[in-house]
Amino acid sequence: MSLTRREFLKSSAAASAAAAIGMSVPADLEAKAQKAQSEWRWDKAACRFCGTGCGIMMATSGEGVDRKIVAVKGDPAAPVNRGLNCIKGYFNAKIMYGADRLKKPLLRVDKDGNFDKHGKFAPVSWKRAFDEMEIHTKKALKHGGPEAVAVFASGQYTVMEGYAAQKMMKGGFRSNAIDPNARHCMASAVVGFYQTFGIDEPSGCYDDIEITDTVIAWGSNMAEMHPILWSRVTDRKLSDPDRVKVVSIQTYTHRTSDLADLEIIFTPNTDTAIWNYIAREIVYNHPESIEWEFIRKHIIFAAGPVNLGYGMRRSDDKSIKEGKYTDLEMETISKEMSKVVSKAEGPALEPFGYKEGDTMVNNGGTLGHWEISFEEYKRSLEPYTLSYTAKLCKGDPDEKLRDFKKKLKYLAQLYIEEGRKVVSFWTMGMNQHTRGTWDNTLAYNVHFLLDKQARPGSGAFSLTGQPSACGTAREVGTFTHRLPADMMVKNPKHREIVENKWKIPNGTLNGVGKQHIMQIHRDIEDGLVKFAWVNVCNPYQDTASATHWIKAAREMDNFIVTSDGYPGISAKVSDLILPSAMMYEKWGAYGNAERRTQHWRQQVIPVGDAMSDTWQWMEYAKRFTVDDLWGAYEPSGPRKTPLADVRKQAKDMGYSGDTTMFDILFNNEDARSYKLDQKDPIQKGYDNSEGYGDARNVIGSDGKVFEGYGFHVHKYLFEEYAAFGRGHGHDLAPFDVYHKVRGLKWPVVNGVETQWRFNSKYDPYAAAQTMKSGNPFAFYGTLAKALQSGTLEGKDKASKKVPLPNKAKIFARPYMDAPELPDKEYDTWLSTGRVLEHWHSGTMTMRVPELYRAVPEALCYMHPQDAKDKDLKQGGLCWIESRRGKVKARVETRGRNRPARGLVFVPWFDEKVFINKVCLDATCPMSKQTDYKKCAVKIYRA
Amino acid sequence: MTDRRKFLLSMARSVGLAGIGALVWSSVLEESVSASLLLRPPGALKEEDFLKSCIKCGLCVSACPYDTLKLAAPGDKKPMGTPFFDAREMPCYMCEDIPCVPVCPTGALDESSVSNDGILDINLAQMGVAVVDSYACIAFWGIQCDACYRACPLLDEAIVLEYGRNERTGKHAFLKPVVMPDVCTGCGMCEHACITEKASITIIPREVVMGRAGDHYVKGWDEQDQKRVANAKAEITQTEISKKSAIDSLNDDSGLFE
Repeated sequence: MSLTRREFLKSSAAASAAAAIGMSVPADLEAKAQKAQSEWRWDKAACRFCGTGCGIMMATSGEGVDRKIVAVKGDPAAPVNRGLNCIKGYFNAKIMYGADRLKKPLLRVDKDGNFDKHGKFAPVSWKRAFDEMEIHTKKALKHGGPEAVAVFASGQYTVMEGYAAQKMMKGGFRSNAIDPNARHCMASAVVGFYQTFGIDEPSGCYDDIEITDTVIAWGSNMAEMHPILWSRVTDRKLSDPDRVKVVSIQTYTHRTSDLADLEIIFTPNTDTAIWNYIAREIVYNHPESIEWEFIRKHIIFAAGPVNLGYGMRRSDDKSIKEGKYTDLEMETISKEMSKVVSKAEGPALEPFGYKEGDTMVNNGGTLGHWEISFEEYKRSLEPYTLSYTAKLCKGDPDEKLRDFKKKLKYLAQLYIEEGRKVVSFWTMGMNQHTRGTWDNTLAYNVHFLLDKQARPGSGAFSLTGQPSACGTAREVGTFTHRLPADMMVKNPKHREIVENKWKIPNGTLNGVGKQHIMQIHRDIEDGLVKFAWVNVCNPYQDTASATHWIKAAREMDNFIVTSDGYPGISAKVSDLILPSAMMYEKWGAYGNAERRTQHWRQQVIPVGDAMSDTWQWMEYAKRFTVDDLWGAYEPSGPRKTPLADVRKQAKDMGYSGDTTMFDILFNNEDARSYKLDQKDPIQKGYDNSEGYGDARNVIGSDGKVFEGYGFHVHKYLFEEYAAFGRGHGHDLAPFDVYHKVRGLKWPVVNGVETQWRFNSKYDPYAAAQTMKSGNPFAFYGTLAKALQSGTLEGKDKASKKVPLPNKAKIFARPYMDAPELPDKEYDTWLSTGRVLEHWHSGTMTMRVPELYRAVPEALCYMHPQDAKDKDLKQGGLCWIESRRGKVKARVETRGRNRPARGLVFVPWFDEKVFINKVCLDATCPMSKQTDYKKCAVKIYRA
Repeated sequence: MTDRRKFLLSMARSVGLAGIGALVWSSVLEESVSASLLLRPPGALKEEDFLKSCIKCGLCVSACPYDTLKLAAPGDKKPMGTPFFDAREMPCYMCEDIPCVPVCPTGALDESSVSNDGILDINLAQMGVAVVDSYACIAFWGIQCDACYRACPLLDEAIVLEYGRNERTGKHAFLKPVVMPDVCTGCGMCEHACITEKASITIIPREVVMGRAGDHYVKGWDEQDQKRVANAKAEITQTEISKKSAIDSLNDDSGLFE
């Protein structure tokens, strides 16, 4: 007999009420209540989607393979969201059961079942899948060494998956060609953190929202992209509407402006000038507001070269020489080598030794910088007068210059006002920017000058887009240049620490980490990378200049593998597809934008034959031995020196030539000490498909039923990874603790989380550094903390390196133009981004009927007058065409996004409106993060 | 137009034009009862007048560039052959040139009602009005949804957000959708976008749902509203108590003196 909801509520309420007063309940009513409560199991987890990191509770019901996720609720105990969610989070229960979920490995084959690059997909066994991966990986290694084997990694990896992938790639294959999609979303923030603080990730936390007086959103549509945080901002505004000010600084009007006291619409790329204008107001017009004591104790001033280019292909790249780029494309790409200084940027570049009309020869990105005097810094700000800045930045041609100037002045005033707490939030607008690293450092400048950083309620705060961009991509270090806990592949000491921990020979790790995600695509097109594996991302939809990368994958001699839950564009482009377990089908952990690490248990057994990416990496590792991988390699790609043969040392360590990477990296003695234990309250009653195998009896990579590794893989991977950070400012709590709490903000020292880093009142690391000096702050990051000195024009080569312990940096950095600006032919700015209803490339959310119905397609948002001038109809189709390609979309002149004349916005979630075929793959030359927010297009009736 | 739609359209047309055969008469009676809840194309006359004027020619349906407008077929339990739309299935996309209206040969769709100084203005359409079920609407639970608000072509005019503090969490805000019935055209894009299982915002014909305050009182604080005074006139009022003339009631003591 089924219970209706009302009956259920009645009977379970009656049962508990009766229990409370010691009354006896009729037996059949009690039985009914017990049955109702045992029909599903609630357990905590994190939301699958953005970097906010909301806590949820999942209800599963059924037994064994039939246990399914049936419902979800916001976790009332989670400090971030207190039981609430946005509409993506609301549908967490529905994302795993799309009708076209991938359930078997699929390989392109000919009619005889042999692999054929031009064949159709057909199901194959896991054994066959790994056989093919082994063959093609070995072929690639032979062709180009470790640099020929690459991984498109992810900010949506669980911590454990990312760590497993990084360990096998860097420790096993000796390849640093692993880089996450997070490169596209916050690499500029990371380099900004490194340059400014010498260590990654924000000083503040979300509690800043409830404490601050001012929220300034720069290039961020928080209302749609971080809705739960935005509801906290809204609540703060409502709590004291007169005192609390909200400012929205954007290139087009969107929902974040709804709440704003002040909206500033600026011309794309000119936000760097606005930051410098505010700094100029402080330094020139309000010098009394500078907190000199803070500056003297904690800050130095710095500058670096400005002729960095735009992270595009360079003239000696193979594909450029081979003519794979059209003349139209080359019009923009040619600026990578040299450019003429424009009228707009002339004044800004003058202190750096360039003037309008000069030819700037670009040397390609460098992170190098040197110390300068305050006077030099002051000189760099001189050009940003109100009149220059306003003329340069005003983004709405229909707004009066006078009104725009008033807004800029008011903005500066809000920052400067004594006693006013200010938080600056930003996301993609400042990060996806060909001067993104500069933009990030410019934000800290203003906060530092005013001593409004790393204080409760004050600070520049970079928000992240992905659920574990911080937790996995950054902290685990699945970037080409990184190792766990802020260590770098370039640093021999760091490599040694990692080699020792991983019990692999010294000299195994490759010291050249230059194959960032954009470079991997380019290396495939250049024929260097021959094997690439896509993990938890969709790089063939999410990368700008997409046509090139798809063509390279499909038409050249290489082997592309995609692990995914659903058939997205990357899967379609691939040669082999592996069905992956999705988030709640495995144990995992994510780290959000406020340094909060959150764990969950495996809630259900995966569908079909899907297995976790961790399992896939471990099975893959079984196919490679010491002799296969640890011999010598000739120079290849970015690596100009050979890699040593380390097989002898390996043998000295007790490994033999045929010891597999599986046994060394994953199945070692330490790993096996993490026992599976059904008496352990954390593990009790929960599946662990990697540990035990599971009720599906999946036929594994050796053709036999997979019966589990026999140890707690996830706990092992987490603890081994966490050990790198403990004692180094990255302390994570023990695995089991995270299963009892709603996440903790690292560093977690003596069981206590840290709210504000670098502030000695709150951060035990800062407290330790300032014990003697009594200073209120210590910016204790260690990267680039010894500098030579110089001027804005250059470094004094004779100067000595001076150590800068516990100091942060203010950088002199000018406004510069984007490499592609609207002109007569391509007269409109194109910006891309997201909508609340869909997550990234839509592989999950476009399969939730309710979300699909709400927003079934990407629209081209434009100003009604532009539509009229171009003879376009509201709701009609238009072409959006750049030098790289074109797509068709419906015109939307009303609704949520309202650009000024001259700019259109097209979201990228919709694979049918493939906007990345139009976008330009220019990047910040320092962070290598793509600028998806700016390119020039023409729009006409379709 | 899809083939299926062409078929339905021609079938409905022929039934409509074949007129009122005895076979279908009973269903017509039944249908006219439910007609009061139908959504009609922009510019449609009041339901009663619309039914009198519409000749069921289907021209408006053919002109609709989306699959929005349909002709009622037998068994639809709607007046046969007349055009309508189901917002949850396919809303009116509010074309600026309103192609469905000028083609109407009888004025059942009245061009002047969606025109301003002779220029078509779809924002004047009054197809219905959106009504929110605040129990099922998840924005009223505190979920950050407002899908209806973002879908509204007259965003911040026809649907606005009402901000409120969430006392339970102590740090989040409610952003609740509120419909402005004077602006809402009833296009149904909100109902279509609503992400609850059954829509929590629904379009209902204006005649059914809209109240009328009466013109004997106008808002003292609203100049615009005071224009309604032009419709006001003195009326003789009567209730149960005043049915009898004054003299009759005075002469009827009804035991008052006992």
